[in-house]
Amino acid sequence: MIRIQQGSFSLLADLTDDQIRKQIEYSIKKGFAVGIEWTDDPHPRNSYWEMWGLPLFNVPDAATILYEINEARKAHPNVYIKINAFNNTRGIESTGLSFIVQRPSFEPGFYLVRQEGRGRHIVYTLQSYAVQASAEGSRY
Amino acid sequence: MNDVSERTRIKSERYESGVIPYKKMGYWDADYSVKETDVLVLFRITPQPGVDPIEAAAAVAGESSTATWTVVWTDLLTACDIYRAKAYFVEQVPNSTNEFFSFIAYECDLFEEASIANLTASIIGNVFGFKAVKALRLEDMRLPYGYLKTFLGPATGVIVERERLDIFGRPLLGATVKPKLGLSGKNYGRVVYEGLRGGLDFLKDDENINSQPFMRWRERYLYVIEGVNKAAAKTGTVKGSYLNVTAATMEEMYERAEFAREVGSVIIMIDLIIGYTAIQSISYWARKNDLILHLHRAGHSTYTRQKNHGVNFRVICKWMRMAGVDHIHAGTVVGKLEGDPNAVKGFYDTLLLPVLKENRNLGIFFDMDWASLRKCLPVASGGIHCGQMHQLVQLLGEDVVLQFGGGTIGHPDGIQAGATANRVALESMILARNEGRNYVEEGPEILKAASKDCRPLQVALDLWKAITFNYASTDTLDYEATPTKSAS
Repeated sequence: MIRIQQGSFSLLADLTDDQIRKQIEYSIKKGFAVGIEWTDDPHPRNSYWEMWGLPLFNVPDAATILYEINEARKAHPNVYIKINAFNNTRGIESTGLSFIVQRPSFEPGFYLVRQEGRGRHIVYTLQSYAVQASAEGSRY
Repeated sequence: MNDVSERTRIKSERYESGVIPYKKMGYWDADYSVKETDVLVLFRITPQPGVDPIEAAAAVAGESSTATWTVVWTDLLTACDIYRAKAYFVEQVPNSTNEFFSFIAYECDLFEEASIANLTASIIGNVFGFKAVKALRLEDMRLPYGYLKTFLGPATGVIVERERLDIFGRPLLGATVKPKLGLSGKNYGRVVYEGLRGGLDFLKDDENINSQPFMRWRERYLYVIEGVNKAAAKTGTVKGSYLNVTAATMEEMYERAEFAREVGSVIIMIDLIIGYTAIQSISYWARKNDLILHLHRAGHSTYTRQKNHGVNFRVICKWMRMAGVDHIHAGTVVGKLEGDPNAVKGFYDTLLLPVLKENRNLGIFFDMDWASLRKCLPVASGGIHCGQMHQLVQLLGEDVVLQFGGGTIGHPDGIQAGATANRVALESMILARNEGRNYVEEGPEILKAASKDCRPLQVALDLWKAITFNYASTDTLDYEATPTKSAS
């Protein structure tokens, strides 16, 4: 069992809804559009989690975004959910803040597959216990 | 019969053989109107006693462009008025009696495209040993847009690096493996694993770890990559460790870089002392192979630190962003190494902003558009610890790698504990900043509150609470609004 350390606040205790709201308010103030994404395949190189609708462009109130987060939680109660705040300022045009807002109740984590290569070279493959064990939708 | 002395000589005051002042040779033009395509250079000149500052400026313009010590008729075979650099403005440096800021304009065609080597051969070439000036310092440069477009700049840059690592909205965290020298490959990899496992994003080879008898480079790379992958599995995140590929020859550097790529590293590292050409070469290589390129500025203090002679580090920042490194050490302000707060802010702006605006309080003397060259991520390393987190976030911002070497590995409960202390301190500070709290004032309380749930942070704060490096800087700014002191 591990605690996945992805996102900006993973080494702190899970954020409360009030703390999440404050981070959303910060994002809105910075002009970021908040997107909600979820997955049951949290491999660190899985760039594309499922989008919970489109990023919420031009939504000025944190309550609407929190409502959507809670809808996503209801639909997917035991997977990873994160929010990505997009900054479309020229020269950035990327994510400005990203953190996890829900984790599954049990995080079995990853293991390394070591394939011996030439000489002492080892090819490492990182695999997820949950993904190996079950198909999509029944992993956590 | 063929005695050349009897031939008609050139009838021009300017081209009569002999020695005439540089300012009369066309290297001084107070009415010069600067072209958008000119390379502009600011030198701090300390003329020899008795030498007129304008003549000194003209001499520097001459020696760094077309002139030699005496008149040569072969100038007339060229469009020499164009190729002569022109000193166009000289002013006394504030609070000094014998130093002068001299602005010089160079025609862009004096420089080969995309070559730092060629640019620097003129600008910091012979002229720095020139007897007419007692001391000379290159303070700043304005590189024109068209010329910048010939450079590729950082291959990865801040934005893409963040996307590859999946880290947004907070500084990156790193640490340098210590002791710098002497560890075996296996023990070295242990330090890498522990640091990354505890929550750091990067570990780092030090500048002088290459391939010594106690640890050859292949040994290091293999164990480091084992540590990196194991930590990635334990944390579910992308991890990296800067593998130093610095070596005696370019061929050897390529061999090490290729091995680093083969074993799956996301990043390699070089030292500034390999030279500008080698830096550009390895930068092109890194671009072709999708690796991030970290530059350790080993050697820079030999010429950047003294205020009256050498090259200001902000110019090195410009050259390195042009040459195409993704990371460069640029000062910590609060740590153990030289760095005036406003000057360091100027370096960070130079590396990170798309457009620079003249701001003498930060040591930026020219407006300059970076022509969409990617941003170079500053690295803060040297004597920093988690108790300073609020100051670090305030002074250095979000786009920086905070590198705690001793501040990670020196933790009494081990490297993982040290790494966790740093990461928790950082996350709690960013959380508080985003919440709109006055995190600078409340910094110590924020850290204390975070340490209630994090024993490693509590231990670290107790251990390092009193450590500051309060020495005034040697390289200070001339236009500072506030007196120069260490910030902590």
